[in-house]
Amino acid sequence: MTALAAAHPLLVVSLVKIIVLLLLLMTALAYLTWFERKVVAHIQSRWGPYRVGPHGLLQPVADGLKFLFKEDVVPAAADKFVFVLAPFLTFSLAVSTIALIPFGPSDITIFGQRTPLQVANVSIGLLFLFALTSIGVYGVALAGWASNSKYSLLGALRSSAQMVSYELSLTLSVVGVLLMAGTLNFREIIEAQRGFAWGVLPKWNLFAAPLPQVLGFVCFFTAAIAETNRLPFDLPEAEGELGAGFHTEYSSFKFAMFFIGEYASMVTVSCLAAILFFGGWLSPFPVTHNWSWTQYIPAAGFMIAGIAVIVYGVRYSTIVGRFVLPVLGLVVAGLGALLTLPGAIEVAQGPFWFLFKVVVFLFIYVWVRGTLPRFRYDQLMTLGWKVLFPLAIVNVVLTSLAVAARP
Amino acid sequence: MHVEMVLFFVLAAMAIAGAVNLIVQRHPIHSALSLIVVMVALAGEYLLLGSEFIAAIQIIVYAGAIMVLFVFVIMLLNAGVEERTHASRMAQYVGLPAAALLLVELVWSIRRGAAALPVEVSGAVSTRQLATLLFRDFVFPFELTSVLILVAIIGAIVLAKRET
Amino acid sequence: MVPVSYYLMLSAALFGLGVVGFVFKRNIITLFMCIELMLNAVNLAFVAFSRMLGQLDGQVFVFFVIVVAAAEAAVGLAIVILIARNRKSLNVERVDSLKL
Repeated sequence: MTALAAAHPLLVVSLVKIIVLLLLLMTALAYLTWFERKVVAHIQSRWGPYRVGPHGLLQPVADGLKFLFKEDVVPAAADKFVFVLAPFLTFSLAVSTIALIPFGPSDITIFGQRTPLQVANVSIGLLFLFALTSIGVYGVALAGWASNSKYSLLGALRSSAQMVSYELSLTLSVVGVLLMAGTLNFREIIEAQRGFAWGVLPKWNLFAAPLPQVLGFVCFFTAAIAETNRLPFDLPEAEGELGAGFHTEYSSFKFAMFFIGEYASMVTVSCLAAILFFGGWLSPFPVTHNWSWTQYIPAAGFMIAGIAVIVYGVRYSTIVGRFVLPVLGLVVAGLGALLTLPGAIEVAQGPFWFLFKVVVFLFIYVWVRGTLPRFRYDQLMTLGWKVLFPLAIVNVVLTSLAVAARP
Repeated sequence: MHVEMVLFFVLAAMAIAGAVNLIVQRHPIHSALSLIVVMVALAGEYLLLGSEFIAAIQIIVYAGAIMVLFVFVIMLLNAGVEERTHASRMAQYVGLPAAALLLVELVWSIRRGAAALPVEVSGAVSTRQLATLLFRDFVFPFELTSVLILVAIIGAIVLAKRET
Repeated sequence: MVPVSYYLMLSAALFGLGVVGFVFKRNIITLFMCIELMLNAVNLAFVAFSRMLGQLDGQVFVFFVIVVAAAEAAVGLAIVILIARNRKSLNVERVDSLKL
């Protein structure tokens, strides 16, 4: 294998990275559905998935099997080619955007070749990511049209109009960050946020001179929630309004693809927010000698979490739970212990902080979903065009003034 | 064979197949989808030519906004399958061979003049160079296009408004 | 290295196909799409020449062509909607006289 990697380095290394990333992403997306159901349930004072496996941990597996075995219904008068194309388009575009995200600063070695923790380091990474999301509009529009049903068509037209409108604010709100970093490449944007002002405050784009990008971040996150069709902006696909919107006529695997595509774009947007406004893989603690104990925070966090799961699991109600949960806790604690090894610490720092920030944003997504009521369609469009778009433009103007006035 | 040549031919085949499909399909929505395939193939060609910014702009603006507009209008107007044309038979029997002949002649004349073309520069074009040119030498057309877009927006809204 | 003439031949072929589609198709929206195909072919020629001569003016021109095509598509499709509303048909053969 090492000889094969030496002969065609780019091909073999990229394939390995793609396969590993896909497997991790699919598992993460499946358990993101579990995470969402649990958090929304706890916000609503109930348990959420509890019976299928200890604490509902096997719920995603059960859902996946259900989707595989359901009958696949295709409406008789539907356009067959476009009907099948739409969910595949949504799913493949949403998943391919993860290829551009950098997970850590250091290089790792795969089969003897040194390679960064990123599948594709494109020099116009940010622009390319927006290109992929702008094609994602077709998945929704074509799904509604191909279903040959009134509700689907209306839901699809509304949803794609919403996505196109908020795409404008999304791309404009990021221009402030671009002006301050001077580049479209993700790695360089993160590197431009390195350093600490007054020794303690990290120079992330949210707090950085010359202009803290708070307005940009608020516009970005709001536009992103609308772009991914999540509550409070999910009128076009809400149950009870217009049937189920553009995916009324879809069943089993194709519906699952829409579902996974939506969660994958959620993950992408959270990664983007972490990279652009919160320093990506940079630690929030300074890297001086006084603060070198913060290097052990990932290990400590995993070990504490693992021990807590073990302690909770040995007194669980079902016998299966009393076996599975402590094993899970042991695995997590073991991972934490592994991270104290000197070789693993430097490599694990970057990805740990990055994934921590991504999980925080995903939690905010789910939190907003569980708390806020749905917007009406005209309120939604008013917000997009009359509030967010001018705010994003104001952000661009203020940031360019601040950058130009910088000595 | 060089990887670039293989990529060029694959993308060129995709573009030509999309263009032929655009003409052959009878439903406008399938033609629109074929045009999107052509645009994505052309974006790949721009990447091969080293202009990554233009490739990204092609996908974001052309394939991601203009074609969305086309697809919306086709859905709104509920455009159906095209009816049989009443064009003359002569157009088919003489026109298509004449078009093929014209294409052969164009290809032959381009090949003949290819030797006189200078050797091309290599390397990707950075966005910074393009932006410098756009905002320094071409700033007046740039401002004019922003006025043009404003006029187009107002015009489109005024034209398509329903008289109530 | 792919010779520039290959790109020019592809551009010529796409332009020709756009013309053929424009002459033979009857649906107004499809005619519009053939015009966009022709514009795309011209864009490819511009970028190929810009690469060949080493100047960036060609790419700036492509930028402007894309922007103007967007404005033209918006207004053109608004006109198409009006025609469809008034003539109740998208067939260009029915729009050949000023009288309804």
